[in-house]
Amino acid sequence: MADFRQEQELKQRGITSFGAYVPRRRLPREAIASAVRWATPSKPGAAKGHRAICSHDEDSITMAVAATRHALDGLGGSGDPGSLFFASTTMPFADRQNAGLIAAAAGLDDAAASADIGGSLKAGVTALRLALEGAGDSLVVAADKRRTKPGSPQELKYGDAAAAFSVGETGLLAEFVCAHATSVDFTDHYRSSGASFDYVLEERWARDEGLSRIIPQAVTGLLEKAGIEATDIAHFVPAGLNPRDASSMAAACGIAAQAIPEEIISKAGDTGCAQPLLSLTLTLQNAGPGELVLLLGYGQGAELILFRTTDRIGNAAPLVGARAMLADFVEDDNYLRFLSFNGLVEMDWGMRAERDNRTAQSAFFRHRDTVTGFVGGRCTECDTPQFPRTRVCVNPSCRSTGTQVKEPFADKRASVKSFTEDWLALSFNPPLIYGNIRFDGGGVTMLEFSDFAPGEVAVGSPLAMQFRIKDIDPQRGFRRYCWKAVPPATWTAPHRSPAKQGTTHHG
Amino acid sequence: MAEGIRDKVAIVGMGCTRFGERWNCSAEDLMVEAFEEALADANIERDRIEAAWFGLSSDDQGPGKSALSLSTALRLPNIAATRVENMCATGTEALRGAVYGVASGAYDVALALGVEKLKDTGYGGLPERTKGTFEDLWFPSVTAPGSFAQFASSYVEAHGIDMEQLKEAMAHVSWKSHENGAKNPKAHLRKRVDKDKILNAPMIAYPLGLFDCCGVSDGSACAIVTTPAIAEKLVGEGPMVTVKSMQLALSNGSEIGFDGWDGSYALTTRLASQRAYREAGIENPREELDLIEVHDCFSVTELVTMEDLGLSKPGEGWRDVLAGTYDADGKVPCNLDGGLKCFGHPIGATGLRMVYEIYLQLRGQAGDRQLDTPKLGLTHNLGGFPNKNVCSISVIGTC
Repeated sequence: MADFRQEQELKQRGITSFGAYVPRRRLPREAIASAVRWATPSKPGAAKGHRAICSHDEDSITMAVAATRHALDGLGGSGDPGSLFFASTTMPFADRQNAGLIAAAAGLDDAAASADIGGSLKAGVTALRLALEGAGDSLVVAADKRRTKPGSPQELKYGDAAAAFSVGETGLLAEFVCAHATSVDFTDHYRSSGASFDYVLEERWARDEGLSRIIPQAVTGLLEKAGIEATDIAHFVPAGLNPRDASSMAAACGIAAQAIPEEIISKAGDTGCAQPLLSLTLTLQNAGPGELVLLLGYGQGAELILFRTTDRIGNAAPLVGARAMLADFVEDDNYLRFLSFNGLVEMDWGMRAERDNRTAQSAFFRHRDTVTGFVGGRCTECDTPQFPRTRVCVNPSCRSTGTQVKEPFADKRASVKSFTEDWLALSFNPPLIYGNIRFDGGGVTMLEFSDFAPGEVAVGSPLAMQFRIKDIDPQRGFRRYCWKAVPPATWTAPHRSPAKQGTTHHG
Repeated sequence: MAEGIRDKVAIVGMGCTRFGERWNCSAEDLMVEAFEEALADANIERDRIEAAWFGLSSDDQGPGKSALSLSTALRLPNIAATRVENMCATGTEALRGAVYGVASGAYDVALALGVEKLKDTGYGGLPERTKGTFEDLWFPSVTAPGSFAQFASSYVEAHGIDMEQLKEAMAHVSWKSHENGAKNPKAHLRKRVDKDKILNAPMIAYPLGLFDCCGVSDGSACAIVTTPAIAEKLVGEGPMVTVKSMQLALSNGSEIGFDGWDGSYALTTRLASQRAYREAGIENPREELDLIEVHDCFSVTELVTMEDLGLSKPGEGWRDVLAGTYDADGKVPCNLDGGLKCFGHPIGATGLRMVYEIYLQLRGQAGDRQLDTPKLGLTHNLGGFPNKNVCSISVIGTC
């Protein structure tokens, strides 16, 4: 045991930061149950708590960007991740690198490597293992927004969320001790390519022949590899398991019952790929130094990572993890709206929904740092921040040409100059709210607002920026993203240091 | 500085269709209807027209691109014809082209015609259109009411009044338009409406209710312009109407992109009106203007325009509106024909429709809504959005 751990310590790799994202909108499970009970009586107790649900303009990419930005916030401007791994079973694009888009929206350099990892609910843990076993500073983000058939048990169970981890060699919150993976083609559920919903088999079979065999066997493998006893595990972070299954798995593995972290599925749902990582953020926020944390990913085998927290673990508590994200929510008991957001009921959006949203990809590519990166300009002549960046300075008393350097706007805060709630404009969550906004430190523009309820916006309301879906081109299957103004969270996120200023560039 | 076009061009004939839901008419039918009236009014032959400017904003469901639809619909004698488009200032842009064509000496007689067939788009409200390749990538999908509605929140903030007070004044604007429109046989909306109904209407874009918004109409209007010397021979009884000034101001992006504008007014209206007054020789517009036709696309737009035109002091427009300053019997009657709100807003025709009302009033032909003996009138268009727009101002008067 000692030899192995010493060997790992020499590598000094581990978790340096993390971030979570759970949509603010939470659907009470009772709202689902009462709407579908006529067709499918739910089990007693299944309709308790909430599931986190994406708004109409969120998906696994937007959630991943938000979580990634929180993880970068936690780095406080240090480190320049050389790679980004995106794990999801619900990637919006099958052939367009989702991770590359996330990296661009999170402000990573073009030189960052990126990869999408999917195909199993353990993909999030797989991605984290790959980063830990690799080299350099990496970001790992997992997000899932799984569609569920109305009336299905999954509709009550699932939820939407993301979690991101920064992996590196300095400033470790938790050291990577060792990992162990197994591959078992056990299909307790599956979703074929192109299918909208999971096909789910009997729960008892899934537990008795799947979980109960695959997990203990894998955990035993890891314990042997690490040379530790199950009782040494202070925190056992099980993937997507309900509290009862988590307890029985811990017991089967010989892990103490108190090692199971605070249960979050009742608050957010089983968030797929993101679930174990989301739970890990909470665990790290609660852990003490020098404790062993065992992370489990499960799906056609198991993926296990053993960490040991460092003396810096106290720095994890103020990061944006599951704790803050779960506490900051708005209840939305409108089941029909939830169905509509997920394309499960066809609302009549009128003629305005017929607009052709074809994207000129060449123009998008030319403007990608403006649109995806939310990078504006700052005039080197008059020091005016401006969005978007243009050839000629917007300051009417300057108007210098070719003087603007890149000025990132994504992390800026802003306030409302003027606004409207537009009931005529097309919105898939009417009214469409937008307005002129003023950025702290300079710069004004007009943006769409999201996550505000009607009546909630006023002149002067504070705003934060978030990456969201702009619109979807149903004819060609492309979706556009842009930055929108949202209400700042009730918790105060640490801010990244002022972003780098680049060379003069237009686009 | 250039001496301008004051009194260099006369309007000798105008025509305007009834605005409204003209289901049985094509754009071409409307063009012919307005043109025939103008031709008869000018008392000239079609072949005397030497050049034409055609205002058409939306060709999505209309007569198509270019000015060919004008030249073919009117069977013009193979003359120069140009389509112009500058959002809600389109109709005035057509007139500006014709007026400048004559003022330059290039032509003796020119035609300006604007048309829009909005009811063929099938939309309630203006059709959703692309905002351009780049802006479609990130800019909100704003509507006209949503963008103009933002005047209200800024105005309330800038002048420290309650939204309820502003809403009262906005309701007065709409009430007035309905009162005026009821007297106009060519107006789209001819029903009087009480203020309670206006205030309690369904919300379109906060704080604009249904009655704060202008209608979506079909219509066409046109003008035949010539030199004063030729006009002398053509104009029968009544005064000769000349163009005193035409000014256009476009945003350069500072309102939306630079924090020097508080959102409570239209910068371009202030700039264009100052230039128009200078060109027309107006020193005190509140005293000198006998009537005005302004771009009341939304009630709040008309209200802030009263300040932007220098007729009300900044922050006082809402008080003047409530005091009846701009009512038909007020100090400066505004939108006597019902305005965009009730006459209607077929975009390409609107600017010319405004000039039509001034022209009728100056010539003493405005029927039930005729003022005593007006001498000077102003038209104003505001296209685009408050934070990025096109403003045109014209001053028309008797000579």
